[in-house]
Amino acid sequence: MKVIIIDDEPLARSIVKEYLQSIPGAELIAECGDGFEGIKAIQQLQPELIFLDIQMPKISGFEMLELIDNPPAVIFTTAFDEFAIRAFESSAVDYLLKPFSKARFEKAIQKYLQQSGMPQTKQLIENAAALPEQQNRIVVKDGNKIRIIPVHTIHYLEAADDYVKIVTKDGSFLKKRTMAFFEESLAVYQFVRVHRSYIVNAQLITRIDAYEKDGHLLLLNTGAKLPVSKAGYAKLKEALGI
Amino acid sequence: MLLQYIILSQLNIDDTHAVADSVISNILLAACSYFISNNMKYYIPRRERYWYIFIVSLAGTFLWMLAEQGVLALLLNKNDPYADVFFSTLSIRFGAGFLLISSMSMFSLLWYGQQEQKDVAGRKTEADQLSKDAELFKLRQQLQPHFLFNSLNSISALTVADPEKARHMIHQLSDFFRGTLKKDEQQLNSLEEELAHLQLYLDIEKVRFGHRLQAEIICSNETLQCRVPALLLQPVVENAIKFGLYDTTSDVLIKLEAVLEQNILKIVVQNPFDPETALPVKGTGFGLSSIRRRLFLLFARNDLLKTEKENNQFSTTLLIPQPE
Repeated sequence: MKVIIIDDEPLARSIVKEYLQSIPGAELIAECGDGFEGIKAIQQLQPELIFLDIQMPKISGFEMLELIDNPPAVIFTTAFDEFAIRAFESSAVDYLLKPFSKARFEKAIQKYLQQSGMPQTKQLIENAAALPEQQNRIVVKDGNKIRIIPVHTIHYLEAADDYVKIVTKDGSFLKKRTMAFFEESLAVYQFVRVHRSYIVNAQLITRIDAYEKDGHLLLLNTGAKLPVSKAGYAKLKEALGI
Repeated sequence: MLLQYIILSQLNIDDTHAVADSVISNILLAACSYFISNNMKYYIPRRERYWYIFIVSLAGTFLWMLAEQGVLALLLNKNDPYADVFFSTLSIRFGAGFLLISSMSMFSLLWYGQQEQKDVAGRKTEADQLSKDAELFKLRQQLQPHFLFNSLNSISALTVADPEKARHMIHQLSDFFRGTLKKDEQQLNSLEEELAHLQLYLDIEKVRFGHRLQAEIICSNETLQCRVPALLLQPVVENAIKFGLYDTTSDVLIKLEAVLEQNILKIVVQNPFDPETALPVKGTGFGLSSIRRRLFLLFARNDLLKTEKENNQFSTTLLIPQPE
């Protein structure tokens, strides 16, 4: 059983390392201090199980998992994180609250061994992403780099098959999510789904013109022009209060 | 009104007079009652309330009678049988009017009094709830659960690897929390004392984060005796550490510099941050709004906390006026 520990506190890593020594068959193949190292190590070394902290530099444990294509089984370790715990409880992956005992640690390993096969990491990522605390930025892969996009810098989003294209002042990026997901999660930031294929940052709208029959065309202060459907126009009017 | 009309009719008054009299006097009576009752909506007597009602009702009745006479005299010609009847019924009218007006004002007194009591009770429960919430929030803040549990986790790791260090950290953690509990937020301490408390916090954080966290404190001797509100610095530094550690992946240097300028102690706390990914600061953002609030309550000034972003450094400036 190949294991990686990802935590920004060295002592927190050392305690997992210590407990692992008495687990037969467990092999610690890497220790990482942040999510960037974590992604690299997971992709190169293909562990079966990772111990993951949530609050880490730059990107959180959840954001790191979002960027991995086939995430391994995860046991979360965290000190005090009410919102994260809500996410854990709705999925089968175990979590350890720091400081945890050796007995509790062994129980988590047992749980992992029993449900071995495909753990519900994917479901957990979905749950965590839907929490409002998680939604003021979007983390994407840009080639080999990782980019953190603060929500207020987004101009608009466009549907692109299984992906959503996120257009910002620094270019556009792809994220594997549904339009419905963003429509709901970005609503509080004044983003409006004006069309089946477009969600727009309403703060950037400078003009709305009538266009063909039933349709409208809106102009952003960035110069972009986006089509507005009949249903989208109703939502837009409601969001802008006109 | 109908009753009055019937009585007047029986006293051999013709219809026009009877109708006019009953309609006018009753409308005036209603207006008078309304006026008194409306008055009580805004003013409810506290003491001697029954005397108050008695006098007000008496005065109201007099006014009503006067108005009635005036209006009726204006509208109706001198008509002997009617005038006689009017004057002979004066005492009855007065009695009936007084009874009506006083019972009306009594009723409004009770009604508005009860209404007011309900409002007061509602406000009280609301205020109680708010203060309870605030207290709970403050307790939780004082406990700093994230800091506490992570520190305990570090101690747990050290007990096997380095028992001496583990014991040392337990002492530091105890001293830190004892200090937090002991201090009264209203009191002013010397900067020296506050820095000693801060040092405990920094030492614990350094054990947790290892080499990634460095701190540098620069202050002259004259600033050490300056007066600083208790527990004001620690949340500012805590904020700087969190911001620095979670917004960058490199080593983090937290700088604290104190200078005395024209009898104002100026403390600048700096931390590195990444301007590209930092979220927009709302107002002063982060945990700083409560510090601004405290400074305002202590010194009645709103300009004592400033934040600034320059290159990759985020700085928080505190200005603390010194007693003359």
